[in-house]
Amino acid sequence: MTTRYIAAFAGLFALIVTVAVFMGTPFTVRLLVEAFAFALIAMGLNIQWGFGGLFNFGILGMMMVGGFAVTFVSFPVNMAFWESDGPLMLGQTLIAALIGAVLVFFAHRVQRFGITGKWRGTVIVLAWFIAYVIFRSQMDPAATYIIRESGWVGGLGLPVILGWAFGGVLAAGIGYLVGKVSLGLRADYLAIATIGIAEILRAVIKNVEWLTRGTLTVSPIPWPVPNPQAWQSWGADPTTSFIYARAGYLALVVAFVAVALFLIHRAYNAPWGRMMRAIRDNYIAAGSMGKDVTGRQLEIFVFGSVLMGIGGAMLVSFVGIYDPSSYQPINHTFIIWVMLIVGGSGNNFGALFGGIFIYIIWMLSEPLSQALFQWLSMFSSDMGWGRIPDIESRSVQMRVFVLGLVITIALRFAPKGILPERVNRNG
Amino acid sequence: MSLVELKDIKAGYGGAPILNGVNIAIDASDIGVIVGPNGAGKSTTLKAIFGLLTVTDGSVTFAGQDITNSEADRLVPMGLSFIPQEHNVFTSMTVHENLEMGAFVRRDDISDTLDEVYEMFPDLKAKRRQNAGELSGGQRQMVAMGRALMSKPKLLMLDEPSAGLSPRYMIEIFEQVVKINRAGVGILMVEQNARQALAFATKGFVLANGQNRFTGTGQELLDDPDVAKSFLGG
Amino acid sequence: MNDLIFFFNQVMIGGVVLGSIYALGAVGITLIFGILRFAHFAHGDMMTMGGFVAFVLATLVAGMGLAFPLPTGFIVLPFAMVIAAGIALGIDKGFYAPLRARGARPVTLLIASIGVTMMIQGLIRLFFGTSTRSFFDTEPKTLIRIDVPIEGATRPISFTEPQLLLVILTLIAVVALHFFLTRSRLGKGMRAMADNPDLAKVSGINTKQVVRVTWIIAGGLACMAGTMLALDVSLKPDLAFNIVLPIFAAAIVGGLGHAYGAIAGGFLLGFAETMAVFNWAVLLRPFRDNLPEWLEIPSSLALVQSEYKLTVAFIILVVVLLVRPTGIFKGAST
Repeated sequence: MTTRYIAAFAGLFALIVTVAVFMGTPFTVRLLVEAFAFALIAMGLNIQWGFGGLFNFGILGMMMVGGFAVTFVSFPVNMAFWESDGPLMLGQTLIAALIGAVLVFFAHRVQRFGITGKWRGTVIVLAWFIAYVIFRSQMDPAATYIIRESGWVGGLGLPVILGWAFGGVLAAGIGYLVGKVSLGLRADYLAIATIGIAEILRAVIKNVEWLTRGTLTVSPIPWPVPNPQAWQSWGADPTTSFIYARAGYLALVVAFVAVALFLIHRAYNAPWGRMMRAIRDNYIAAGSMGKDVTGRQLEIFVFGSVLMGIGGAMLVSFVGIYDPSSYQPINHTFIIWVMLIVGGSGNNFGALFGGIFIYIIWMLSEPLSQALFQWLSMFSSDMGWGRIPDIESRSVQMRVFVLGLVITIALRFAPKGILPERVNRNG
Repeated sequence: MSLVELKDIKAGYGGAPILNGVNIAIDASDIGVIVGPNGAGKSTTLKAIFGLLTVTDGSVTFAGQDITNSEADRLVPMGLSFIPQEHNVFTSMTVHENLEMGAFVRRDDISDTLDEVYEMFPDLKAKRRQNAGELSGGQRQMVAMGRALMSKPKLLMLDEPSAGLSPRYMIEIFEQVVKINRAGVGILMVEQNARQALAFATKGFVLANGQNRFTGTGQELLDDPDVAKSFLGG
Repeated sequence: MNDLIFFFNQVMIGGVVLGSIYALGAVGITLIFGILRFAHFAHGDMMTMGGFVAFVLATLVAGMGLAFPLPTGFIVLPFAMVIAAGIALGIDKGFYAPLRARGARPVTLLIASIGVTMMIQGLIRLFFGTSTRSFFDTEPKTLIRIDVPIEGATRPISFTEPQLLLVILTLIAVVALHFFLTRSRLGKGMRAMADNPDLAKVSGINTKQVVRVTWIIAGGLACMAGTMLALDVSLKPDLAFNIVLPIFAAAIVGGLGHAYGAIAGGFLLGFAETMAVFNWAVLLRPFRDNLPEWLEIPSSLALVQSEYKLTVAFIILVVVLLVRPTGIFKGAST
């Protein structure tokens, strides 16, 4: 088993070195930063699925929330907003939302006043509707006003690391709500529910222009470490500045991943981890032994979401732009699943390995498939069939196809992944 | 030659084997009853015949043909029929449709068999358009038997047909079993109500720990003091 | 009166058209769930693929210089459905059947269907690019207008020919499915297997055959839905990926595994979406003069902005999952 680990990570290292030789150091360091951030997200999914057996198809939503959090916290303050009536109007909206919440709260307890059955249902629906109308009556003018007067609310201008933390917290909050709503459901219902909630989040973040600038995108988002411009102002030449800046970023991300890995590994081998696996493998038995199954599952879901939120935040600050329309299920939700399944679900190192490996393959496949298509195109024009049009978009799709093929092949021939879960019978 | 014959069957669900050498032989004229304590492998024996779990050793023959580990859709056309103990009706389908499903493997006209089944269980005829899920436990058991008879079996296997039924229904079910047997269908059933069942059994098998403990006619087993003491509650 | 006709055109016709698409898709998902017990995520892409199969056939037929009184895409539909059913069978054999044979859990099959989704999506774009295509490049899309013989009504009830065909086809498909499930031997076998797979096996029902029939029906209906959707709007590679979730919502709202529930759920969601984005102020305008002074009708009175149209289905889905996860029509679900 140990040789397998050594072989896997040695192979990975060799792959990275090869990439560095052919594609240059700046590209490789950038690739590694993103790969480690994705690995962190894959570890989050591993907590949820590998340890807890909880399905999550809403990873995209967690990443978007994390990205929004870091944008909001670290972007410079927009004085135009704070000097306008915007904050006041948002305050009124908040009060309206609270009034609505109180209304809904009491509607749910209406049976205490002797209203039950159908009437209670009617009252609840009516309360939700009225609360919604009250909220919209304040929200809509506020949104219009803010967009007209100051564009959007802007950021808070706080340190980036704080933004990452806030990304984790916000994702945890969303994870708690999602879990509360859907954890009682069977796996396939949970899949649909999580993807549905993620899509709702996506639609909202994309369209609340006053808060996120929506499709207008936010940039440049500051870095937690000196960025290339800073290095250049200190006298570094452009290439070196990119390497230094990205290497600094990479060190920070790797440190985060290492800490996360250490903590998860500890927890996994502690009684907490054993209980989690007991619940995953037989939740009925675990439940009958007095374990609070739903409570523990909620914990797991929230922990996993935290890592996803932080990973999403890291990626956004690294790219420096927050673009809600760039989030797609394939390269933000499904690819994480590929990483975990290929790497080895239930094994932290499997998640780490799968995350880095699949991301590198995914990024490399772009130039590779383009080269393949160029070659095919040349071949077909030599044969007199004409050149292949739209090579770029076609080669992108080729990668999607290959990713799908990888999932199905992995499920069929290596369902446990490259680094399978270690089953410790004595533990 | 027996209708169905089990020779030294060993079988299980992948872990430790549950059956450790079971021998059973039934003729078309027989009513065979398997009794024994919980966990002795009674139901497992029926499932092993029907290919619902893997037989690792030994052989099952039916009318001279080897049917070890055959799939159900081959066995039913050959003349085997099985009534599971639980979930033995299609609850969302009508009584009539349940019976039709029993005849799924047949391509010929099934109306005569339908009439016979309705004659046997007049209650069902009245409820033929009702969903089987709406019926009482005893009526469901009749639907289950009717369904199993629709394929015109040569051997009918019943897994605890009287479980959870009132004495009135238990007697009716047993009477029907005897009647079906008189019509030339071999019977192999597992029963908890061992005394009542052995009373009309032509062959009785006492299983314990996945092995035959006693074999004989129903009356012999009832009269055997050892059997009575260990397995029939004194 | 014109406002009422506007309402009819927007909400009723829009709801029926959307509902038909949802219903056709949801039936496939619910049948697959009933028989194979897994959420088939690639269904949306099977719809898109069906649309492209029909498109290729229509292009071939048009290339032969044949012209029909009905849209060519509609004429070639039966052939496209046969091809799509064949592809669905092939997908099952290639990707799902081996996993089932290994006794894989439903969740594994669900993940495999994600893989299939990506493969179909990738292949479609590989061959057809990402551009939007139309079935009506060479022939006009007929608009049907019905004047309402009531005084004061100047606006006609209007819909397109593909929309009419879609609704008729959906009706035929629903009736045919009903007769298949209640009258035919295989149809009843399908219901039996969905009801109690173990007993179905014990009864000698050929479960492999039932699985094949399920894929044929689901694939054919998916192709029909995809083609009709493409005829109604346009053919894009991500045509159905965006509506696979509302379709799942429809199937779950109707109770997974219940064919009639899926149809009802489809129409329910279709109407819910069009009604949620409809500007109800239009209907209040005629009463403007009778209202008290202080009550002013706002210019826009839609329940949600149209950007959130798709989220209506998700919200209904989440609420249904919370309040009644077994669906709103039947209590029991396995």
